Amino acid sequence: MIIELGHFALILGFVMAVLQCALPLVGAQKGWRGFMAAGEPAAQAQFLFLLFAFGAITWGFVSSDFSLRLVTMNSHTAKPMLYKITGVWGNHEGSMLLWCLILAFYAALAAWFGGNLTETLRARVIGVQGAISVAFLGFLIFTSNPFWRLEMPPLNGEDLNPLLQDPGLAFHPPFLYLGYVGLSMAFSFAVAALIEGRVDAAWGRWVRPWTLVAWVFLTIGIALGSWWAYYELGWGGFWFWDPVENASFMPWLIAAALLHSAIVVEKREALKSWTILLAILAFGFSLIGAFIVRSGVLTSVHAFANDPERGVYLLAITGVFMGGALTLYAARASALEAKGIFSLTSRETALVANNVLLAVAAFVVFVGTVWPLVAEMAFDRKLSVGAPFFNAAFTPFMVALALLLPIGTLMPWKRARMGRVMGQLWGIMALSIALGGLVWVMRTGGSMLAPIGAVLAAWLVLGTLVDLKTRAGRGDLSSRARRLGKLPRADWGRAVAHAGFGITIFGVAALTAWQVEDIRVAQVGETFTVAPYEITLASVEESQGPNYATTMARMEVTRNGDPVATLYPEKRLYPVARMPTTEAAIDNGILRDLYLVIGDPQNNGGWAVRTYIKPFANWIWAGAIIMAIGGGLSLSDRRHRVAAGAAKAHRTKAVPAE
Amino acid sequence: MRRLLLILALLASPALAVQPDEVLDDPVLESRARELSEGLRCLVCRNENIDESNADLARDLRLAVRERLVAGDTDDEVIAYLVDRYGEYVLLRPTVTGANLILWLAGPAMLLGGAGIAVIALRRRPEGKRRDDALTPEEQARLDTLLKE
Repeated sequence: MIIELGHFALILGFVMAVLQCALPLVGAQKGWRGFMAAGEPAAQAQFLFLLFAFGAITWGFVSSDFSLRLVTMNSHTAKPMLYKITGVWGNHEGSMLLWCLILAFYAALAAWFGGNLTETLRARVIGVQGAISVAFLGFLIFTSNPFWRLEMPPLNGEDLNPLLQDPGLAFHPPFLYLGYVGLSMAFSFAVAALIEGRVDAAWGRWVRPWTLVAWVFLTIGIALGSWWAYYELGWGGFWFWDPVENASFMPWLIAAALLHSAIVVEKREALKSWTILLAILAFGFSLIGAFIVRSGVLTSVHAFANDPERGVYLLAITGVFMGGALTLYAARASALEAKGIFSLTSRETALVANNVLLAVAAFVVFVGTVWPLVAEMAFDRKLSVGAPFFNAAFTPFMVALALLLPIGTLMPWKRARMGRVMGQLWGIMALSIALGGLVWVMRTGGSMLAPIGAVLAAWLVLGTLVDLKTRAGRGDLSSRARRLGKLPRADWGRAVAHAGFGITIFGVAALTAWQVEDIRVAQVGETFTVAPYEITLASVEESQGPNYATTMARMEVTRNGDPVATLYPEKRLYPVARMPTTEAAIDNGILRDLYLVIGDPQNNGGWAVRTYIKPFANWIWAGAIIMAIGGGLSLSDRRHRVAAGAAKAHRTKAVPAE
Repeated sequence: MRRLLLILALLASPALAVQPDEVLDDPVLESRARELSEGLRCLVCRNENIDESNADLARDLRLAVRERLVAGDTDDEVIAYLVDRYGEYVLLRPTVTGANLILWLAGPAMLLGGAGIAVIALRRRPEGKRRDDALTPEEQARLDTLLKE
């Protein structure tokens, strides 16, 4: 019964989405206030209906209702409760429902917090958001309905992919979707602004928090996925340049560019048409990502819905929204007149450089991702584009970005003096290079990666300190501290996020350059040495988990005889899904992770054992979390919450730019 | 039948990337093998290199790479040997030949194009340039004399 109600609610949600799309758009065009206002209740109703539908499906999973096709395919009575719930989005249909729910959630947020927007802009934003909802709910209901029943319910389900039964991955999709789908708000704002023909500082101020929210969630989602791959896949890789990873990385890069260019619109009323284009493209890459993951055109580790029909539908959604928005853009962009004036050496130009580098980096990832497809169709060459290509083609842009970043943050708006900016930076540049030199002297391998990473990281982190010091101004310590304390949160957010970027760079470089690996056969009771540690394979025992069989080793790690850790690496077999997984045991540390994996039994009675020492591994994700915290700080800035700017916009409203 | 048993056995116990019995005694050759493996695709896997893959085929390829290295092949010869048998699909780093030039040059070309457009667009803003109010040397000299007075 609950399931049928859920199905009904889903359909009502679809109806609400149609209303949410049609009424406000027509109303805004004709100037009918009643129609414009109808978008808000429709958006809220859609959200509540979808929330109910989502709850119904969750209930189906929790109660193991195997008459539901989706539950049969993806659940099992023996599965732990956490994974019964997270199993809701561990499959195509459920994750699509989550996607639609979040889409409606953002529209409802716009209805709740959009009070400071002009009436027509709010109506159009909600309307465009409704159009996206209509497209995706149509896709969900007609091609991948999660409420399908089975005529003959089986006694038990087929279990969720064991790789997905993991806390890190359980929460990876919701964060990612909050990010992907959050970019739809930037898109809706861009299209609404194009329809209105007006982009001003207030628009920049409104669109920035939505982009920030999306970017922060995407950052967390990507970091969770990378962290999961690190500990779950059994050799500690953290990024594979897999098509699906790229699908999340491209919108992240574009969203990062959009964040920065929206500042220029907000503060200087320049770069308007470029910002609009970025807002369209950011969501465009989200759509392309959804297509890549769900169509199975580019097969990859995560693809769980390889279905051509769905692929065609998603491609059509992408084509309609991108084609429509870009046509509108071509027609209207010239009407967006820049107001702010700036010289070639200025913060504006630095932010343009940031945008060019991020956009080109995203483009490189895009070309590399689709190249196998293009080469096969156009040139009849069946080839692969893997990590070595991306490492070679993508990294230089990030290096350039990191080099320019501290210089850009110190530049004032309008007009900067290069000599003055560099005058503040020579010191830390020398310090960074000295640090890199030190690392170069200490390095063990032949790779230049670690020294370069160290230079860049020091340059970025010290650069944020110089930035903060400049903000603090002159005077004695207490007045500087007071001024620092009064800095807008956005300034703190910038410093924190940029430092996080540096920390991630260092983590990646250090891990790649200095990892130590040891592969051997160890007898139970045997002790072996890896770098500074002595490791003993104390025992190997077999036992039974809730829905898997496990072979668990106990390994004792000492250093010069002092105990460091006792670790329990596991090998699991999930009988229902007939799938083995490895559960590495990791001793986390600030300076290094100790990463142990138990392999197969050998003929001579020993076990294959792998030991990795992964220096600074945690810095990669720590940096990502710090970036997200920086984004959060910036989001909490007063000016995003207060309607001050909006009130001003109301007063100066008057003429559209057409 | 034996093949089937083998497959079943392998299904039951996951092999894990490089196995201890594959490792060459010569550390130099082994590290070359590892480096080569990272650029070679496990053909039956999804976007995994043979160094990381658990598949049987990846193991065969790892062993083949090591065999060729022990036989005295250079790195390029090993790669040519594998490309001969499996096609360029086996290479994770696409060759810089023919149409692949588009792939490799896409980034730099886009950067040049983007930077070019940006510079032209920025320069086409005459007010921005004219408003450059740094002092000319004469003005500076005049200011200095005024300040001294």
